[in-house]
Amino acid sequence: MAEEMSRKPYVREMTSEWIFRHPRYVRYMTREFSCLFIGAWTLMLVCALARLSEGPEAWAAFLAGLKSPLIVAFHVVALAFAVYHSVTWFNLTPKALPLQLGEQFVPDGVISGAHFGAWAVLSIAILYLAGAF
Amino acid sequence: MGERTLELEVLRYNPETDSEPRFQRYTVTCREEWVVLDALNHIKETIDPTLTYRWSCHMAVCGSCGMMINKEPKLACKAFIRSYKGVVRVEPLAHFPIERDLVTVIDDFMDKLKRVRPYLIPKQVKAVADGEYLQTPAELNKFKQYSMCINCMLCYAACPEYGLIPKYVGPAAIALAHRYNQDSRDGGRDQRQQEIAATEGAWECSFVGACSEVCPEHVDPAGAIQQVKIKSTVDWYTEHLMPWLKK
Amino acid sequence: MAISNKPIVWGPFAAGGTLTAFLTPVLILLTLLAALGHAPDLLAYDRLQAFAGHWLAKLAIAGTVFLSLWSAAHRLRITCCDLGIRADILVATIVYAVALAGTGASVLYLLRI
Repeated sequence: MAEEMSRKPYVREMTSEWIFRHPRYVRYMTREFSCLFIGAWTLMLVCALARLSEGPEAWAAFLAGLKSPLIVAFHVVALAFAVYHSVTWFNLTPKALPLQLGEQFVPDGVISGAHFGAWAVLSIAILYLAGAF
Repeated sequence: MGERTLELEVLRYNPETDSEPRFQRYTVTCREEWVVLDALNHIKETIDPTLTYRWSCHMAVCGSCGMMINKEPKLACKAFIRSYKGVVRVEPLAHFPIERDLVTVIDDFMDKLKRVRPYLIPKQVKAVADGEYLQTPAELNKFKQYSMCINCMLCYAACPEYGLIPKYVGPAAIALAHRYNQDSRDGGRDQRQQEIAATEGAWECSFVGACSEVCPEHVDPAGAIQQVKIKSTVDWYTEHLMPWLKK
Repeated sequence: MAISNKPIVWGPFAAGGTLTAFLTPVLILLTLLAALGHAPDLLAYDRLQAFAGHWLAKLAIAGTVFLSLWSAAHRLRITCCDLGIRADILVATIVYAVALAGTGASVLYLLRI
């Protein structure tokens, strides 16, 4: 039957509601938003370098300026986001860098685990060398 | 096993009469062990023969019956009604134009599949008399999971980047290109790079990972795409910083 | 379609993402301790100035600042796209400029330490 059908495809508009369509998209946006806090903290690091380069009084003023509830709150939130970035990054590493030994691939958990282990060792080493404990 | 009364809200669209889609509610008496596809078939057979949708194997191997079930891309033949409480919303696969009811326009996907040259392009063509291309189990395992794609397009529906950027080549097509790139018998990577290492290729991906989560065959297209990015990046820096190195 | 030059911006992003994953949390912890009044010994002026005085440390700090700012900038660019902001070239210019400015500033300050 050669009757021509009239086609009129309907294109659905893409709005930002996709973010709330499923928890995985909320988790993704949370991970992405970590960049704001990591970026902000790094800019604070640049300010710290500026004060350090200006001498002991400027540096003392900088350290004193850190001791405010707002700055503490920022640090706590930034730390949470930074840790979330680390956890998501190391969990995704085996997907991006699969390792084949012989016929099989090294299990994802081993690759992630090695990263988490190195992260822990490095962090403790830095805390120790910095004299935090 | 007993019966259950299921409320289905299905997005309808008739291109010949409608200016936009609208929801239609059906009350279906189902068996408890049914999948959503069974409910749709029951509607079509006994309530509303105009309901239009794609399906074939009813066993999650053909990839035909992909649709949004409560906003999640699923194969209708794999969506058990016992997993759902209350009204079940059925819509066509997201990020594709609607042809009619639950049928989407898949031309874009078919075109992208072709563009990535999803076939072996041997490094050295062997004459038949020279025998088969030999491959070890290890070499097979390098690409096997990426060969399991059933082209169901759930990954495209799950991918927000494809929804935002229709030109994006997309998860399944890039994973398929990766399948051939990883095949020891193949020598066509340079040709496929023109498609998958282009801006609309792997670079539109932001590693949301939704594609791999919804994939019914555990292909892990997200992993494939990241591997493409890393290889392409190594290639780019090698070419630009050490041009004297021959490939 | 032609092969993209995206690796120019993605390479540092991936390197920065890895670096910040390993390093940033513990560094935030150090300044958090300072904010709580228990600044670690390294943050005393003499020790920190001695540490940052070494050219190797300057290089490491500058590299850390660059990669951290760049990966944050790139991610922010992607996030803007995800939120439906279509002016990608404008967003990219702003975020990468901030990253490079921050890096430049840190190099200047490090040279003065």
